[in-house]
Amino acid sequence: MDEFTTWDILRNLLLAARWTVLLSLVSFIGGGLVGAALLFARIGEGRIGPAFVKTYVELFQGTPLLMQLFLAFFGLGLFGIDVPAWLAAGVALILWSAAFLTEIWRGCVESVARGQWEASSSLGMGYLQQMRHVILPQALRIAVPPTVGFSVQVVKGTALTSIIGFVELSKAGTIVTNATFEPFTVYGFVALIYFCLCWPLSKSSQILERKLNVAHRNH
Amino acid sequence: MSLIEITEVKKRFGDNEVLKGINIDVAPGEVIAIIGRSGSGKSTLLRCINGLETIDEGSISVAGAQLLPDELHLKALRLKVGMIFQQFNLFPHLTAGRNVMLSQMVVKKTPKAEAEAMAKKMMERVGLGHKFDAYPDQLSGGQQQRVAIARALAMQPIALLCDEITSALDPELVSEVLAVVKELAGEGMTLMMVTHEMRFARDVCSRVVFMHQGRVHEIGKPEDVFSSPKTPELQQFLGVAH
Repeated sequence: MDEFTTWDILRNLLLAARWTVLLSLVSFIGGGLVGAALLFARIGEGRIGPAFVKTYVELFQGTPLLMQLFLAFFGLGLFGIDVPAWLAAGVALILWSAAFLTEIWRGCVESVARGQWEASSSLGMGYLQQMRHVILPQALRIAVPPTVGFSVQVVKGTALTSIIGFVELSKAGTIVTNATFEPFTVYGFVALIYFCLCWPLSKSSQILERKLNVAHRNH
Repeated sequence: MSLIEITEVKKRFGDNEVLKGINIDVAPGEVIAIIGRSGSGKSTLLRCINGLETIDEGSISVAGAQLLPDELHLKALRLKVGMIFQQFNLFPHLTAGRNVMLSQMVVKKTPKAEAEAMAKKMMERVGLGHKFDAYPDQLSGGQQQRVAIARALAMQPIALLCDEITSALDPELVSEVLAVVKELAGEGMTLMMVTHEMRFARDVCSRVVFMHQGRVHEIGKPEDVFSSPKTPELQQFLGVAH
């Protein structure tokens, strides 16, 4: 019977943590891109776009991420398409992140005072010009802290993908536990690694918030 | 020949008719004060002239540019008539100078150097040449409002609409803004201003419009309107105002 050293445990967990980081990055960046596209459809002047995005956001915010993962993983299987776990995990997390980011950013755009629209209108600017030069620069500044804050949710959200068999940090924790029978040590390390990933993000969100607020007040 | 023609303008918000058929013609160089109780429709009228509100009936034209709800017509109209707001509405992420430059560069495609020269000139004109690089939140309310005036002037409009531009200011800052407006009036700029500054209206304006319940209730030269108001509503309004 092999003995596992603490280092063995930690090393295996750290190797798996790479997949957590990668999946988080892919979800956050992909979700950001999809979210930005949805944002423009949401705040645009059309009729179908906003309604579609509104429904989209409600669906994704109104169902557990786990169900979305199951649907992505098993749903396509019904049509005979074999979806690997990494693909289902990536797609579900991207769509999920997009829904939340769109909603966060919409709030930021709408928090720009109405007077800013009116003043830029009265100067003859068109919708896109207003967006580009007046509204988005202000909304962007407001959006940075909550967006960084949301990235923490993405990192923690990746833990759920272990259930459909994607081997990231949590799944590795389970595997290592099964081999070592030391659940407390293993999951303790797992939690610690998550904390090391998330804490700097939360902290930087706080710092950014303070910094951007001050910048806004005094420049 | 009138510069601004407002003909039978009606405007409803839901069931509430706020403008019930307004007719005003403004000649070039005229300075019009619009007075009246809050809710009488005076701000709405001003906002309609700039296309910030749509109108339900009637027509508005400024120097031949008709108010129509599509972006092309609105832009043509807004190039002719600038607007100053109660809350200044400067762009907080840009310096004062950049505020004045932005729309020139974006809307008129003026080259940067030219826009900057124009912005400097307009900032001098409102007495703030030295604040070119200050951000709006580093300026007092009066200074911000003067930057807003410079920003509108930089687009070289032929008329300016002023919507209670001193109402958000501390009393000691009101005069510096009014001095700028007075100077503009002296230079022959056509102005329509909603105001509560009765003394200013009396001294500077060529005509005063008293609005009441969505109608032009009384209109005339300031000395007539203020000294011998004909209607009981205006008498009461002035009694309250003084």
